[in-house]
Amino acid sequence: MPDVGVVEVGATWAPAAVAVVAGLAVAASALDGALAARSAGRPARTGLSAPLDETARLLRQRRRVTVAADSALWRAGGGGLLVAALLMVVVVPLGRFTLADLPVGIVWFNAMDVVVWAAVWLAGWGPNSAHALVAGYRFLALALAYELPLMFALTAPAVAAGSLRVGEVAASQDGWWYVVQMPVAFLVFCGGVVAFSVWGPFSVPAGADVAGGILTELSGVDRLLVQAGRYALMVAGSAFAVPLFLGGGAGPLMPGWAWVLVKTALLLAVLVALRRRLPALPPDRFAEVGWLVLLPLTLLQVLVVAVLAVGRG
Amino acid sequence: MLSDLVFWGLAVVAVLSGAYVFRVDSMARATYALAVSFVAVGAALLLMRLDYVGLVTVLMMVMEMAVMAVYMVMFMGMNPALMPMSMVHGNRTAVAAAVTVFVVLGGGVLLVDWPARRGVPAPDTVAALGEALMGSKMLVMMAISPVMIATMVAGIALAAPRGRYDRFGDDLRERASDPQPGGVGR
Repeated sequence: MPDVGVVEVGATWAPAAVAVVAGLAVAASALDGALAARSAGRPARTGLSAPLDETARLLRQRRRVTVAADSALWRAGGGGLLVAALLMVVVVPLGRFTLADLPVGIVWFNAMDVVVWAAVWLAGWGPNSAHALVAGYRFLALALAYELPLMFALTAPAVAAGSLRVGEVAASQDGWWYVVQMPVAFLVFCGGVVAFSVWGPFSVPAGADVAGGILTELSGVDRLLVQAGRYALMVAGSAFAVPLFLGGGAGPLMPGWAWVLVKTALLLAVLVALRRRLPALPPDRFAEVGWLVLLPLTLLQVLVVAVLAVGRG
Repeated sequence: MLSDLVFWGLAVVAVLSGAYVFRVDSMARATYALAVSFVAVGAALLLMRLDYVGLVTVLMMVMEMAVMAVYMVMFMGMNPALMPMSMVHGNRTAVAAAVTVFVVLGGGVLLVDWPARRGVPAPDTVAALGEALMGSKMLVMMAISPVMIATMVAGIALAAPRGRYDRFGDDLRERASDPQPGGVGR
């Protein structure tokens, strides 16, 4: 039980955190490759090498350049996804250990997921290409619909724990995980993670109907960065759900850090698998769903949580 | 010492990227240069242990700039994406105003006899700031917020090109006839 509080480890552990995120991102990509191979009628194991194949292919590919591209903004956008994901995991406690035990860790995560808005739009704007630009706008339209429900979903565990400190939120769910107490907030949070990773139902900014959208003109290492960034964002989001909704490092037999990794991996696998189960949501349709359905639902969820918190004293 | 260096680094980034806003010829670059400036200010606030205020500055400003870029590109006719355009207008007045403000503020910094510090910072600066802003003004805030919400709703209702009578007919009983269908099937 993580009731001893959270220990801040030094910045020398940051490369280890990067390695863990990278490992999980590669695993997610391999799982997606396996699922893709299976749905194409091949044995699933033939798709497991997808991340390696794709990395090798992209690293050898020559960079394609478009006319009058704004390279500075384009690169900033492409690299920004990975940077935002890595900054997100800074506040996620791995059992008892965390890189930064910020008193406002939840707001930190929220600020980083807003950085994704800028990054995706810039990735769409940079190449000076119509399809990519359309995709950038599509993402912002989706973002305006998913962000407020996501913010209230993040508020719910903070209200229940009476703290914005991620470690305290994890420690406050003693045998009574917040996913049970606030299922709506958990589902909306997962939706938000899928959305800011431009994945599954929220993948229209990278959709085939706009020739790959933000990915249209990306090639070589730039494309590798964006794809890695999308997987890393999904890893960071899954990892953040663990202290917020899934009891942090709580669990029998294994130490806290192992449970955090297991829970992260399980949630990540579910999110990756969703891609082939759900249809893509056009932004114009989702706007109304976000504002008329999800936002009131999350507000009600926060109300219920707040009443329970007041009742507990 | 280290935090002094970081602070000055952030200050230089904030000022330079703020100035860069007026040097570039692209709406997107100007907007995101401003975003960088705000992020540097937010990070400087983090240095002062104003964690919440600093992070909210980053959060709100990046979001605002992302949306602002859309509006700027939308409203500035002639597609500034493809056509470089100057980011300044009313040059002389602006320069005069900027120089005056700088001289007055800078002169104030140098000439004013700064008092020595009395007391110590509160242990929780964010809570102290919240108390100072809201403590005695809670009633005012409670009264203002419904007025603000009503203003926003009224503003949107006035600005919306199609109101509910356009959508549902005079007696509000018809099925909505929208050029673009919504997602919840109304």
